Amino acid sequence: MSILVNKDSRVIFQGFTGQHATFHAQEAIRMGTNVVGGVTPGKGGEIHIDRPVFDTVKDAVAETGADVSVVFVPPPFSADAIMEAIEAGIEVIVVITDGVPVQDMVRVKRYLIGHDAIIIGPNTAGVITPEECKVGIMPAHIYPKGRIGLVSRSGTLNYEAVEQMSELGLGISTSISIGGDPVNGCDFLTLMKQFADDPETDAVLMIGEIGGSQEVDAATWAKANMEKPLIGFIAGATAPPGRTMGHAGAIISGESDTAQAKMRRLDELGVSVVQNAAEIGQTVLQSVNGRSNESDEASNPGCVSSV
Amino acid sequence: MNIHEYQTKELFRSYGMPVPEGRMAHSANKAVSVAEQVGGDGWVVKAQIHAGGRGKAGGVQLARSLDEVQQHAENLIGSRLVTKQTGEMGRMVNRVLVEQMQQIDKEYYLGLVIDRASQRITLIASASGGMDIEEVAAATPEQVINEVVDPAVGLQDFQCRKVAAAIGLSGKQIIKVGRVMKQLYRCFRDKDALMVEINPLVTTQDGQFLALDGKMSFDGNALFRQPEIADLRDFDEEDPKEVEASGHDLNYIALDGGVGCIVNGAGLAMATMDAISLYGGRPANFLDVGGGASPEKIANAFRIVLEGPNVKVLLLNIYAGINRCDWIAEGTVKAMADQAIEVPIVVRLAGTNLEAGRKILSESGLDYIHADRLSDAAEKAVRAVNGEVV
Repeated sequence: MSILVNKDSRVIFQGFTGQHATFHAQEAIRMGTNVVGGVTPGKGGEIHIDRPVFDTVKDAVAETGADVSVVFVPPPFSADAIMEAIEAGIEVIVVITDGVPVQDMVRVKRYLIGHDAIIIGPNTAGVITPEECKVGIMPAHIYPKGRIGLVSRSGTLNYEAVEQMSELGLGISTSISIGGDPVNGCDFLTLMKQFADDPETDAVLMIGEIGGSQEVDAATWAKANMEKPLIGFIAGATAPPGRTMGHAGAIISGESDTAQAKMRRLDELGVSVVQNAAEIGQTVLQSVNGRSNESDEASNPGCVSSV
Repeated sequence: MNIHEYQTKELFRSYGMPVPEGRMAHSANKAVSVAEQVGGDGWVVKAQIHAGGRGKAGGVQLARSLDEVQQHAENLIGSRLVTKQTGEMGRMVNRVLVEQMQQIDKEYYLGLVIDRASQRITLIASASGGMDIEEVAAATPEQVINEVVDPAVGLQDFQCRKVAAAIGLSGKQIIKVGRVMKQLYRCFRDKDALMVEINPLVTTQDGQFLALDGKMSFDGNALFRQPEIADLRDFDEEDPKEVEASGHDLNYIALDGGVGCIVNGAGLAMATMDAISLYGGRPANFLDVGGGASPEKIANAFRIVLEGPNVKVLLLNIYAGINRCDWIAEGTVKAMADQAIEVPIVVRLAGTNLEAGRKILSESGLDYIHADRLSDAAEKAVRAVNGEVV
């Protein structure tokens, strides 16, 4: 199972013939991802890395049966590329591009209404279901297959968490970075619902950051609807207010945006909150073990902080 | 990206919105001639800096004569204004806005933001003008009216009437303020703004609306299609090191601790700062080298971080995905060869091409502190700051 993508996904790349898209399409293929072609307007009919190039997403879908697209199109043209994929019936659209104007994403999300597509990103490291499908820029070899669902804003902090978990023998069902933009295609809540329904996911790790309320919204839903353990971390406890911390959305605009306030809310909602990013793996392990043996959790409270 | 009040008001004016008569001046003499040109028998002299809280800090002065205009402008221009938003160093005032003084009847708040909850542009209005809207929303949420705009059709007249009535306006004022709301919306949408605020929007004693203050910020990612907005950027309002870093495609924010940080990715960079703090230290900066960091970029990052006045140790924490540990290591070697580095350096590498990166570092013969994990790296950096031999 897993969520969003698996070995049956048929993947195209938009902006296929560009340098970065070419490199990451090759990496995806090397891992076994079923890359069926790509789109570069004006280059339809050519062959690129042994796959067909199409002028439009519609043509690519008609010819290859593509259902997942990875967008590497530059910021001025990203919104158009995303809407083209939505209109063509692509189910999962992963937007790697960093720097898409916010108001473009506001319009894209309006356009999305009435369609079933899920947009991941922009400004994302992408999605990976280990050993099956990689639609992103993450190093595939660090992701062992397993039963932890992982959803984060950041890419590199996602890698950090995966390394800590894999050292403890924990693997990943599917990992998603939703990106650091304030208006993004898919929120934590949407993915939490999918993980809750996924029989191959035993627990969910959510790695958020300062700004907005997406983490709290997802945890609120999970408390009422999800049986699986939920572990949470919020980056940015030392971030100064009013400054954009690298990600456009990572900014403290009010008290509820701070890492401290968000971790407090998550704790109240029953999430196992990680205080120190270096203890993410430990906390996940304890939560998973705690489920099978409640007394373990009680005897090892060190990493599960009460904020 | 932020702009000055006088620039915001010029934009407002170009959209037909009512603003007080006035202009910007770089000198006291120019301030007097602006006052003469705009006429009237009273003026307001306003310090132009990118920070709020100017009124309480003495940055907004009333003048009853041209001599007073001269006096206030002289006092403000060239001084450092310290407000609750500037920090204790304050901001240098390089220019003032001179405007006609207004006879105010009532004060309102009007703003637009990209609302993260609805993921849409949202109009915000309140009858409690002239106050910090966040404080109003916290204390009396019923006083703050939000109206979400459907991007497919834009802000509609009926929405404006609804909001106007909700903040207590009636009669012709509903129509008049609706015009201001729609002009403000068009300006926000056309210019790729992230936030615009008229606080206060006042009614004058003859029943007209006027934008007495204006604040606007723009989407840095949209500046490629907003050249005239990009031209309004005032580098004097930004930290010169942050400007220099952005020139090298580095995302740097100065803080005041002792542990200089070079990290890839915004999330990991924040988490690294947080870990330093949990081990009892304080970060000297936020720095995200981004993806595809070349050796030159890493060397620049070293130089910029080490120029920080309080840096006592440097922590390099890289989890390479699209980055490569060998490039990072080459950059580190280059940086340490190019400049005399007097502080301990803690290096934690992980991910793509790790072995190649480690080999470059160990064969370079450079003196650095090795760390395997994030916890290790943060703890060793903090111990090094405290003068321990790690």
